[in-house]
Amino acid sequence: MFRAVVLLLALTGCRRPPDVDPAKETEVVVFAATSLGDVFARMSEAFRRTRPGVTVRFNFAGTQQLRTQLEHGAAADVFASADMIHMQALRRSGTVGSSVVFARNEPVLVVSLDRASAIAGLQDLPSALRVVIGVPEVPIGRYTLDILDRASMKYGEDFRARVEAKVVSRELNVRQVLSRVTLGEADAGIVYRTDATSAEGKVAIKTIPPELNAIASYPIATIVKAKHPALANAWMAFVLSGDGQGILKLAGFHPGSGAAAP
Amino acid sequence: MSRHKLRSERLALAGFGSVLALFLFMPLVSLVIATRPRSFVVALGQPFVWGVLELSLLTTLASLAIVVVFGTPLAWTLARRGGAAARAVETLVELPIVIPPAVAGVALLLAFGRRGLFAGILYPEGSSLAFSVLSVVMAQVFVSAPFYLQAAISAFRRVDERLIVVSRSFGAGPLRVFRRIAVPLAAPALVGGAAMSFARSLGEFGATLMFAGNLRGVTQTLPLAVYTALESDLGVAQALSVLLMVVALALLLVARAALGRTGERRGGRE
Repeated sequence: MFRAVVLLLALTGCRRPPDVDPAKETEVVVFAATSLGDVFARMSEAFRRTRPGVTVRFNFAGTQQLRTQLEHGAAADVFASADMIHMQALRRSGTVGSSVVFARNEPVLVVSLDRASAIAGLQDLPSALRVVIGVPEVPIGRYTLDILDRASMKYGEDFRARVEAKVVSRELNVRQVLSRVTLGEADAGIVYRTDATSAEGKVAIKTIPPELNAIASYPIATIVKAKHPALANAWMAFVLSGDGQGILKLAGFHPGSGAAAP
Repeated sequence: MSRHKLRSERLALAGFGSVLALFLFMPLVSLVIATRPRSFVVALGQPFVWGVLELSLLTTLASLAIVVVFGTPLAWTLARRGGAAARAVETLVELPIVIPPAVAGVALLLAFGRRGLFAGILYPEGSSLAFSVLSVVMAQVFVSAPFYLQAAISAFRRVDERLIVVSRSFGAGPLRVFRRIAVPLAAPALVGGAAMSFARSLGEFGATLMFAGNLRGVTQTLPLAVYTALESDLGVAQALSVLLMVVALALLLVARAALGRTGERRGGRE
């Protein structure tokens, strides 16, 4: 019995050496923040055009949810995060390799159309009846709190508290925040500009004053134990390439610093 | 067939079947083993946990009261009528058992949301029930009522027709028959159904998340707190999970005892 257990451990313990021949890899699994959903889908079309027969599989969710999944051993090849904090935590635990910031995104205020005249900008947010924001763990939720803190310095100390008093739900990813506003269930929410433009015509978009805004940085890294390391590197290179950056720009993202993340 | 062969065949069947039992036990046992008593206590000591518990308890009790008060007469009516309309209604009210909770959430939003079908009648001022404690209860009632109705309808169908005929002949009206004969005779099954319905309310997740949102202290029930805590504090998620599992087990035992008793009685009479 004991011998059988040892044998089993030995068998499961010895991993197949990673396949490094890109020709043999036929798929790549990309874990990406919800806000990258549309643009990564578009990118995968362009990516596959140069690599016939390759499948790009996506898992889009709130960055914090992806981090939890990766920490529990989810099989992924690439991770694209909507903030630095979650990426750094995965770097520290040895889950991902070094990351590069490939895009930035600007939080904006989205307002339900029937309230658009009453809520002309961030300063009017306390007059909304219902505000929806992200949970503090999801990047958009944390950026939102940063913005409210900065706004409190300009619009009065209790600004954040007055807004939080109107918060009726804290959502787990940015698209859920957006859908609350497009459905009219909430008067206003804070989402990325790229998400807001995807709902153009269904919500009013109000720019947040730059001195109060917290710009989101998107780092990308390959997973250390990736099953498809060659395609993982290829995907990351494509995102950083001129073609990839062009698609991101078209979708409304700002260029990343290109520098390696700390 | 030799006795030895009989025995080995029986063992083979049991061994094959126990694979599934093992699979079902493993996650439950892991949950308990992985949660150390000390971290369990620490997690439950967090101030927000009590608010979550209180909200879950209040909303599920309210849902249960609504389900029982409206569900018992409904089940009795459906059990007494055998027409096509009654059968159709019975099927429809049991539908939420099999539809995905996420679908229930979308349906609730489209019915009772601010831009829902009934928004004009329900909210002339433009506000809506969504995101309120009431919306949590609505989601729970929607998904849990069928469990009670199912148990109640089948229990009412087993009530002896002769008892009803006799009491009618002594001049008892339908209300009296319902209160004095039907409900007491079906009582154990009603308790069992109520326990199952309560357990379903307590575990309600998808429809609540979509229709009621996720706000601590207002709409964040235990399952939503588990889901949210998973990304910030696994210890809290585990502790709440263990708690929910223990309560669910207790409710299942109540339901089994109550439903088992009616089953035995029926078995004895036949």
